[in-house]
Amino acid sequence: MQMNGGQALIKSLEMEGVEAIFGLPGGAILPVYDPIIDSPIRHVLVRHEQGAGHMAEGYAHVTGRPGVAMVTSGPGATNIVTPLADAYMDSVPMVVITGQVGTASIGTDAFQECDTVGITRSVTKHNELVTDAQDIPRVIREAFHIATTGRPGPVLVDIPKDIVDPTNPRSAMEWYWPESVDLPGYKPTTKGNGRKIREAADLIAQSRRPVIYAGGGILKARAAEALRELAELTGIHVVTTLMARGAFPDDHELCLGMPGMHGTYTAITAMQEADLLIALGSRFDDRVTGKLDGFAPDAKIIHVDIDPAELGKVRRPDVPIVGDCRLVIEELVKVLRDRGGADGLADRTEWRSRVSGWLERFPLTYEPSEPGELLKPQYVLEQIRDSTTTPEDTILVSGVGQHQMWASQYWNFNHPYTWVNSGGLGTMGFCVPAAIGAKVGQPNRTVWAIDGDGCFQMTAQELVTAAAERIPVKVAILNNAYLGMVRQWQEMFYEERYSEVYLSPDLPDYKMWAEAMGCVGMRVESPEEVPAAIEKANSINDRPVVIDFRTDAREKVFPMVPSGATNSQVVVPESQAGLAR
Amino acid sequence: MSPSNGTGPTHHTLSVYVENKAGVLARVASLFARRGYNIESLAVAPTDDERFSRITIVVDVESAPLEQITKQLHKLINVVKISELDPRDSVERELMLATVRAAGETRARVLELVQIFEGKILNVGHGEMTVSLEGSPVKVDDFESLLRPYGIVELQRTGRVALPKLDRTV
Repeated sequence: MQMNGGQALIKSLEMEGVEAIFGLPGGAILPVYDPIIDSPIRHVLVRHEQGAGHMAEGYAHVTGRPGVAMVTSGPGATNIVTPLADAYMDSVPMVVITGQVGTASIGTDAFQECDTVGITRSVTKHNELVTDAQDIPRVIREAFHIATTGRPGPVLVDIPKDIVDPTNPRSAMEWYWPESVDLPGYKPTTKGNGRKIREAADLIAQSRRPVIYAGGGILKARAAEALRELAELTGIHVVTTLMARGAFPDDHELCLGMPGMHGTYTAITAMQEADLLIALGSRFDDRVTGKLDGFAPDAKIIHVDIDPAELGKVRRPDVPIVGDCRLVIEELVKVLRDRGGADGLADRTEWRSRVSGWLERFPLTYEPSEPGELLKPQYVLEQIRDSTTTPEDTILVSGVGQHQMWASQYWNFNHPYTWVNSGGLGTMGFCVPAAIGAKVGQPNRTVWAIDGDGCFQMTAQELVTAAAERIPVKVAILNNAYLGMVRQWQEMFYEERYSEVYLSPDLPDYKMWAEAMGCVGMRVESPEEVPAAIEKANSINDRPVVIDFRTDAREKVFPMVPSGATNSQVVVPESQAGLAR
Repeated sequence: MSPSNGTGPTHHTLSVYVENKAGVLARVASLFARRGYNIESLAVAPTDDERFSRITIVVDVESAPLEQITKQLHKLINVVKISELDPRDSVERELMLATVRAAGETRARVLELVQIFEGKILNVGHGEMTVSLEGSPVKVDDFESLLRPYGIVELQRTGRVALPKLDRTV
């Protein structure tokens, strides 16, 4: 069948099962927007290309399917660089289509031309400039394959205008759909090495102080069930990194919560004191390890990851296993079962009592606000979490900063794929668009976006998109009138010299701004108003809701491992400072 | 990039078999730049199979462990195969062109040097001579240092290419 490149591109996306494209048209991508009118694919028209990228990420986080964004050349492409870098750091499957000037104009500094492939090379898993309309189905097929297999990540396809423009003879092509992909240099290893898995089982059997260090790879590999089986079979405690919140239920007796700079005291300390860390789809990020040469000094390491480059990148594993987390864990469980399950393990009674001692003495805690004081951000989170009107499987999305840490700490994540945030790149402005993408991916679920006032101001205009497209997300701004995390560092490490962190609580007026964008806007200043506002937000399902919660700027995130300190030097809230460790 | 100064313990040669596609060299080069690895020398050429090219990279392993460099290179979709060529188990060659001052009586000495090293005279001018030498990087280093006192006007080296030594066991 003869068609033009633009039609072939949209048809290729249909063949890949794409249900939504987040995008914004422009000159170079214009011809591709024509066949969208006739396609069953939903197009969500964003207000800024960065929004399109984060929406695609949010969609991918909650569905496991690749998010798709489409933007024009030049500034359209450069505006989506941040989401690409974000998705690359957090291994989010995403396909981004960018328009490009016609092949004859490439390299001439044409209008809205930039070297998109060059600019995005180091922030994509792969990218490709297509120069022939006939290649479009093959390249799209390869892009989705690369984005979703192995260690997932963003793939960018750059499409020059002439090969999609029906008025140009270069756009003519004969339709086909490749049966398979032929990438001689791309064959991810998914099945773990049997001998290494048996070695891992040996270490697990001997260990007296083991901890499972579960990372985002568990979610990418759909391995939450397998992880639970492994933990329950062996009775080993689990910490879930920022990217893995929900991969193991917070209400499980073996769950120790989040490790790292703002992790729970128990998660940090159990890792630090462990004699064995079972790292599953985690990457020894500096925010988890603290000062590296003082990290978990007595621990042997089993490291499972689908990306061989992660094994030994930061900490040399004793047993490295390249493979898909789900397949490797299932195999490991089988080996452990064959060896008698829990009966074959060393005695860990003493360790268990130490861990439960820490859990008891060092729970997450904060001082409730005094009458007349501003809200405590933790209190707001608890109220949203505990409201009977908030469904149990609510998806929580956050931006980056203090509010993100409190959201991760105070929410109870009991299901996988209910937590969406920017971990590796730490992208302020991620929250609102990512929440919109998440809601498009899971329209029947409640989506709460927990944002900071600084973050909100970066991408809030996407609420216009949400209102226009009837995507009813709920946004809670924890408005402390500051760039809170920077303020916290200035307070603790710069002698309270606050430099360029004050934002003002009411400039902008968040309630009016929300209403101007077609949302329901509310402002909440005292604790007793909080439950009713949340209840009202939960009852609105025909438009987005924004609540401006006025919170106390003095509140800091604890526990905290100061930058450059080891995890043994974790700072706890004042009320726990005197307790025996 | 710094000039190749022979195979010391800090250098390793990687033979990277890549798809012969636009931008592959840029991907490899920007990976090195992005991850802070140093390239000592680099040579690219098509192989007998036109779908693939071979990039021979001499890397400074002090800038990063070789294992990490190799693993990161493998993540590039267009990289098909990487062989690490230990100088002891491979044949390495490099080509050097040099224009040397060779007027009057020094001309004979330069000629003699070229003969000893089995080099070639490519071009002769009034007071200068362009010579070439193909050989192991160490031999090329030696030749270069012996030529230097005569006054090198211009010098160009290709960077090394290498293939593994063949197995001679029956």
